[in-house]
Amino acid sequence: MPLDPSLVGRSFGPTSPYDVTEDSVRAFAAATGTPYRTGDPAPVTFPIVVAFPAMTALMDDPDAGIQLHNVVHGEQRFGYTRPVRVGDRIAATLTVENIRSIAGADIISTSSVVTDADGAVVCTAKATLVHRGESS
Amino acid sequence: MTRSEGEQLPEHTYRVTRDDLVRYAAASGDQNPIHQDEAVATAVGLPGVIAHGMYTLALAARSADAWAGGPGRVRDLGAKFTKPVVVPAGDEGALVTVAGTVRAVAEDGAVTVALEVTCAGEKVLGGATAVLDG
Repeated sequence: MPLDPSLVGRSFGPTSPYDVTEDSVRAFAAATGTPYRTGDPAPVTFPIVVAFPAMTALMDDPDAGIQLHNVVHGEQRFGYTRPVRVGDRIAATLTVENIRSIAGADIISTSSVVTDADGAVVCTAKATLVHRGESS
Repeated sequence: MTRSEGEQLPEHTYRVTRDDLVRYAAASGDQNPIHQDEAVATAVGLPGVIAHGMYTLALAARSADAWAGGPGRVRDLGAKFTKPVVVPAGDEGALVTVAGTVRAVAEDGAVTVALEVTCAGEKVLGGATAVLDG
């Protein structure tokens, strides 16, 4: 069944604040083999640590009508205002920007604004989620 | 450093093992079992454990950082996850290769790079691009 178009414009979050620590950045960098020295900014894709929970909030919402196991991460983009650094406290708020139905799948375009403790925008993480319905 | 359209980025090949994916799952918070558990991955129709798309994108970023001479210069990065990277068990894992070409240099020096990310000779990211500060 196609998703309810009224989902467009709805927001989810902000997510629980995430304290960016030396350990969390070092672990993320190490997992992807990214060189990291103390004082470096966090790796480019690091904000997924809050963007992912924001997507989960959308997918877990019973009114959204999304079956989690039918969702594939189709596309991801990060646009930075400034790099993420150790000591930042970041959170994400996701907005559903668009839903298109193509060949039995809903293509959900989302935009998660990642802010710091002052509420200033650090980056915007745009994700496309592909949701395949149960039937058809 | 002066960059010009058409410049090729040095090609990098990175090894990805299942242990890396387990570490990445913990670090990123994405604990979807299709990235760790063979039985779950095959049950949903995948050929085996696959890397997080975000893992592959992180490798693209790693390559862009290396070319830029350090971290913190990428102001925009994105891609479509067009084909999964299947990661066999064991130390061999999978090899992901990142190449790139400068597509544009803006007046402010910002450089747009098209990244070509492949595994076993097949493209795994679509339209992967990075914009780096000049």
